[in-house]
Order: sequence, then C-alpha cells, then structure tokens
Amino acid sequence: MSDRIEKRIELKAPVSRVWRALTDYREFGAWFRVDLTGPFEPGKEAVGQITHPGYEHVTWRAVVQRMEPERLFSLTWHPYAIEPGVDYSAEPQTLIEFRLEPSGGDTMLTLTESGFDSIPASRRAEAFRMNDNGWTQQMENIRLHVDAMSHGTGHGI
Amino acid sequence: MASSAQARIARQSANAATVFAALGDPTRLALVARLCDGSRRSIAQLCDGQSLTRQAISKHLRVLEGARVVRSERAGRESLFVLNPKPIEDIRSYIELVSSQWDTALSRLKAFVEK
Repeated sequence: MSDRIEKRIELKAPVSRVWRALTDYREFGAWFRVDLTGPFEPGKEAVGQITHPGYEHVTWRAVVQRMEPERLFSLTWHPYAIEPGVDYSAEPQTLIEFRLEPSGGDTMLTLTESGFDSIPASRRAEAFRMNDNGWTQQMENIRLHVDAMSHGTGHGI
Repeated sequence: MASSAQARIARQSANAATVFAALGDPTRLALVARLCDGSRRSIAQLCDGQSLTRQAISKHLRVLEGARVVRSERAGRESLFVLNPKPIEDIRSYIELVSSQWDTALSRLKAFVEK
C-alpha cells in the first residue's frame, strides 16, 4: 500500500494528439465527463459540471499547476469531492500529474495521483527521518499486523 | 465508471479524509508506528524517545482517537492506547477504489485519442 497511485498506459496516438486531449478543456471534458466553463490556465481554478449520468448535480473543481507542452500537465484537487453541500476545503488535496513520453510514433502516458497523506513535500523528508521509514513502510507494517491478527497469530489486542 | 462505485467512494471519502489528515503528521505517524505491533502503551511510554512534551503528545493522541485510529483503555489510574486497524484498512480500500476509477477514466481517454 502506498499513498500514491501510479498508472502507465500506452496510447496509440502521437504525443501532440494526447496533449490536446488532456489540455484542451473541451476534449478533456469529453473523456473525463465534465463540462468545463473555460480553458485550462496554470494557477487558475478550472470549474465545471460533471456529465457522468447520475452525477450532473456535482461541480468539479481543480487548480491547474503546470502545463509543459507535450511533457507534463498537472492539477491539484480534492479527490472525489462529489457530495454536494460538503466543504472539502480543509481536506487533503492531491496532485494529479500526466507525464507524456514519445514511444515510437505513440505515447507512453504516466498518471500519478499523490499526496493522500497530506504531508507537504517539504515536510516529507522530516517525516521519513523521524520514523526511519515513513508512510509506505508504516502501511506495510500495519497491513502485516492486521493480516496476522485476522489469522489469529497477532498480539490479541 | 459504475455509479455504485462512485457512490461508495463518496461515502468513504469523508472518513478517509479524516484518517489521512490524522496520519498526515510525522509525530502522529510515529505514534501509530509505536502501536502497530499491537501493544498497549501509556502516554508516558509513548513520550519516551519523542522530543515533545506530554501535553503535545496527548493532543496528537486525541487527534488519532478522533479519527478512530487509536482508542484508549482505562487501566487503573492511567489510560493505555491501542491501535484500531480498521480505519487504516478502510483508507487502503479507498485508495484502491480511486485507483480503479483512474483505470476507467484512462480507458476512456485511450478510446478517445485512438478513434
């Protein structure tokens, strides 16, 4: 278990095509299923209505971080903040990064979503020093512990 | 994406955010690490090896208790703290759900750019 999600996918289209599908707000909206009000712009909030059936009442919000043509597109958002009337502003924000690499005439796309543990990157080094290992290892320790408990060989708390 | 999966995520996300926020602090993560062997420890034992005051540790333990990551048990005059693994299991399944949502979104992207 980790506090980040990483996906790699090979797309049979050139990087220029994939870049447009990611960063043109109408094209992004078509596959992501959100009706955005305007173009993506670094430092600006993107807002739109979800178009996925059953979720049209949900407003989608993200802040565009970086747009490095045909290489990197990144956003921050509150993951799955889809319950209307709930204020998610105090909850952890995650960073979404789309990284593009040419692969022959095709594109290798790497998506990461990170920051579920809400430790700012600047403090992460400190967290690792203090714990010798850090989040990922802790989660693994906890998983082993839970597995041991459920198999009756744990410490019987 | 299946609506039921999304509804499930919506229900889980509020709790998950609380747990993530509780764990998103080096001191609290260190306290969880001390308890993840299943031991029951007093505040005095948990202060051992930490540079923080007992008061500060106690405040961090209350945050963890609020997220149900630890619970306290009375033992004579002192409270003993023990890990409750359930919320941490829940956030693990939450991450898995978010992960599967990305799988479906990326497959729509794939179909979109390859058509």
